Parts: sequence; C-alpha cells; structure tokens
Amino acid sequence: MAKAEQNPSDEQEVMKGTSAVAKGVMAADPDVVSAYPITPQTGVVEKLSELVADGQLDSEFIKVDSEFNAASTCIGASAAGARAFSATSSQGLKLMSEPLFTAAGMRLPIVMAVANRSLSAPLSIWADHTDAFAERDGGMLQFHAEDVQEAIDHVLMGFRVAEQVNLPVLSNFDGFILTHVQEPADIPTEEEVNEFLPPRDPEFTLDPSDPKTMGAFARPEHWTETRYAIQEAMMESKDVWAQTVQEFKEVFGRDYTEYNGMLDTYHGDADYRLVALGSICGTIRGVIDEYREQGVDVGLVRPRVHRPFPTEELREALGDAEAVGVLTKEMSPGYESALAGEIKGTLYHAENQPPIKSFVIGMAGRDVNAPEIGTMIEETMEASAPMTFEEQESWPQLREKLLNGGDQ
Amino acid sequence: MDEIRIHGRGGQGSVTLAQLLAQAAHEEGTWAQAFPAFGVERRGAPVEAFARFDEEKITDRSQVDEPDYVIVQDTSLLEYVDVTEGLADDGLVLVNTSADPEDVDIETDAEVATVDATEIALEHLGKPIMNTALLGAFAGGTGLLSQDSLEAVITQKFGGEIGEQNVAATNDAFTEVSA
Repeated sequence: MAKAEQNPSDEQEVMKGTSAVAKGVMAADPDVVSAYPITPQTGVVEKLSELVADGQLDSEFIKVDSEFNAASTCIGASAAGARAFSATSSQGLKLMSEPLFTAAGMRLPIVMAVANRSLSAPLSIWADHTDAFAERDGGMLQFHAEDVQEAIDHVLMGFRVAEQVNLPVLSNFDGFILTHVQEPADIPTEEEVNEFLPPRDPEFTLDPSDPKTMGAFARPEHWTETRYAIQEAMMESKDVWAQTVQEFKEVFGRDYTEYNGMLDTYHGDADYRLVALGSICGTIRGVIDEYREQGVDVGLVRPRVHRPFPTEELREALGDAEAVGVLTKEMSPGYESALAGEIKGTLYHAENQPPIKSFVIGMAGRDVNAPEIGTMIEETMEASAPMTFEEQESWPQLREKLLNGGDQ
Repeated sequence: MDEIRIHGRGGQGSVTLAQLLAQAAHEEGTWAQAFPAFGVERRGAPVEAFARFDEEKITDRSQVDEPDYVIVQDTSLLEYVDVTEGLADDGLVLVNTSADPEDVDIETDAEVATVDATEIALEHLGKPIMNTALLGAFAGGTGLLSQDSLEAVITQKFGGEIGEQNVAATNDAFTEVSA
C-alpha cells in the first residue's frame, strides 16, 4: 500500500470502526447474526441489531446468553446452510474457543470479527493480540487489518474464502485503535458485494428431510484424517485467497494483491525490515519515512494473513534482509513471542537467515509512539547472530521502576 | 498535518466533538481521523479525545502528544491536567470560559483564545451541551473549517430542530471567535 493515496473520495464516510464493519457485514447479507456483547467489539453487533430493527438487514438476529452460545448458534445455523456471522473480543473469544475448534472440524464457514483485546488477569479492556494468538491452532483462517477499510474488506473477502474452503475465519482488527476510531472508509453496497460474493452453496447441510450427523464422533482410525483434511484446506485456501484478492480488486478497486494477498510491504526491499501485525503498521510507516529521509534504508513487511502462515512469502520477503525486527503485541510466557518464533522457524530452511530481534510492545493498549519505534529500528540495525536467548527478544516499554516496587 | 487534543469531562461530548471535527475536515476534502483516549469512561472524570487532519492519508495511530491545537471544555480541569503539555509554541489553545484570554490560568507561549461556549449553548439549546459551540469557535479561530462544512455535518448528525439549534450555536461561536 502506498502511503500517499488519492484524495479521500465522496464515496467515503467518516464513521466509527465498529459501525463501518457492521455495514460491511450487512452488505454480505448474512442469514444469521448471533450476538453477545463485550468491549470493544460491542459496537459491531449493536449496529447490526439496529440495522435489523430498522429493516435494512434481513437477518435472524439471535441474542444469546454467552459467547459459547454465540459461537454454537453460528455452528447450528451454518450447518443448516446459513451464512452466519458473530463478533467478539478477548475473554469472549476464549469462551468461544471450544465451539470454534468444533466449527473448524465440522468444516463450517463462519466468519467472526475479532476486536483484539488482551486477556485477564489483570483485567484490561485494551488492545493486543494475545486473544488471536491463543486461537492460532484451531483451524480458523486469521487476518489482521491495518485500518478500518481493511477491517471491512477482510470480512467480505473472509466470507468468500471461507465458503470455498469450508473453514471458519477470524477477521482481527485492533480493539479501540480501530473499533473506536472515526476515519473515512468506503462502505460497500449490497449490489457491489453481490458481484463479488455469490450466495452460499454448501455441499452438505443438516436437513430434517434428509437426516445426517455432523462432527459427532471419530475413532482413532478416522480422526487423523479429519485433522489432515483441515491442513489441506488451509494450504488450499492460499490459492483461493490469491484469487479472492484479485477479484476483489476488480470489483472494488482496492488492491490487496501484493504477495497474493498474504503480505503487504512498504519499502520491502530495504536493508533493514520490520515485521508487525495490524494497526501499529500505520504508525511504523511514518517512522520509516523519517528514517529514510535521514538515509537509513528501512522498510516494513506486514503479514495480512496469519493463518494460513505466509511461509514462502516471508522467505522471499525477508530472506535477503540485513536484519529483521519483529514488533509484536503478544508473547508466550516461558519462551518468546509466538510471531518471532514462527518467523524464525519459517526461515530455518530458507537460503539465508538474517538476524532477527523481536520486541514485545503495545501490550494491553500501551500507546506506541514514533520515538519508541525509532529506537527499535536502531536496535534492529545492530542485531547480529549469534544471540543468546536473553538478547533475541526485549520489552522496550518496560517500566523498570514499577517492577522494582515503585508507586507510579 | 494538523493535530488536535480535546480535554473535557466524561459526558461533555469530547468524543462527539472530535468526531464532528473529523467529519467536517472530510467534508472539506482532506483526510481526517478522530479517536478518544481509550479509557473506562465515567461521567465527570477527565477525558481526552484527538483529531488529525492531513492532505495525505493518515496512518499514525499513536495518541496526540504534540498537538497544534488544544480545546479545553471545562476550566475546572486546569488545576489537575497540564492541558498545554507538548503544545506547539505557534499553536492555539481554545478554552470554554467567560473570562478573557489573559485571565485564564494557563502558562504557555501558544496563543490563548476563549469563548463562552456554555452560555451560547444555553441560549440556543437550553442545555449546557457546549461541544457544537466549541466546534464553531475552533473553526472561527483557526480558519481550518468552513461554516458550510460544520452545518453539513451537524445537520447530518442531529437533523431536525436540534440540528438547527446546534447550527445556530456553532455559527454564533464561529463569529465571536473569528471577529
């Protein structure tokens, strides 16, 4: 994505991120929306309930008693052939975890918007990626949006790819930073979306006139193959996604086709390359501009898709870098951040292995500003292998005084 | 890029003011962004909201630490909050008060402007909801937004009689500060 885009158009509306996503969902015309509120997602289902109540959206809007039930409702609806949507955050996603793994195993193309938020305890309502990474291994495709426009578009493209490969989608967008921002976005119309997203046409549905069971039970001689089939569908989804971003561009004019839709880069051939997910990449772009003006050759590689993992794409995008800095809003206690570990694993059998330094930042909504990103660029430039475990990852925003019993 | 920070108290409409600023800037054909300082909002507690305008698409998502403009909705905050922290020396701080600028308790090299937005709101709305008056005063004091743009976004947001009352409050404050 180029930083200086065309002027904002009259087509765009300035509205809250959650409302914009809800209107995008409306254009996809879901048959069923299940809803249980949680900050900072609530605005999404609240807006959808309003659109249903006002007669603008003809969906079954089902209010449930928990997120477990919100996901389970989507499973039932999707198994019956419906296009089903819900949204959640944080603890809500944890409560959905069990039914979401089930949805993947049952091969149901449910699309969920996840307004990313940290997990308790201590309780925090603010953004990081701990919730999304905790669901990493379930068999759900996962996308990360950088701005409100992508948060809308990823949901629409999510339905398209989900319904072709029969897997659920978690479409991530950062809580508050993208849910509560007001910025211009194109809201797709239902006519445009009809051109891009055909009605769902499932091969198998639950139907009382033709009774069958889905996902009930598998003995050891069958279960492995069901899991392998998910792996195959995940890998196949990369081709479907490549075609999806291409056709999205043809219908809507917005171009997400770089690296077949898997990665988005900014000065991607620079000597030093940062890797990050989601909204922080916007702030990073501005800092990259500043450093490039001073003659520092630094760029950004942003995975748009986290599952399926962009393995080949990252090998190509990072292999020839002098050094890589991974800025991530999650970590795996007892090891290092999952994103850094995955990128290192991806490069292990690649031709080159640039030194990689990772930074745990922006946890639970801690603001990340330009000078902090600048310091991480400078530390990345100094990275060289070998590194000790202690050297390979740092927490540059740590408030040492607080750790040492300070009262601030 | 123009960066704006709003200081108010929960319930005074700081977030709506930031939203209207962004929508009006968009109406003028520039890129715009608005967002609150994300907190657990409580009525009466100090709150902040931010807006940015730029000719280029805005990608910076960090909070506004070095604003060009500051809007203070409630002078009772001045005792507790350093409202001009990071404010550019050639910037402007707009304060909702009946006092003259030289009598406001703010130490800054930036320009200080005042408007009795609460009084204007009481006159037109019959309620002390002063954010649309402050929107007009900001536009009048900075020249960044036209009265036409303000009228368009206020009418779209409120509509009907309440919309008209808010437009009247906005125009009064605009004229008062730009005069």
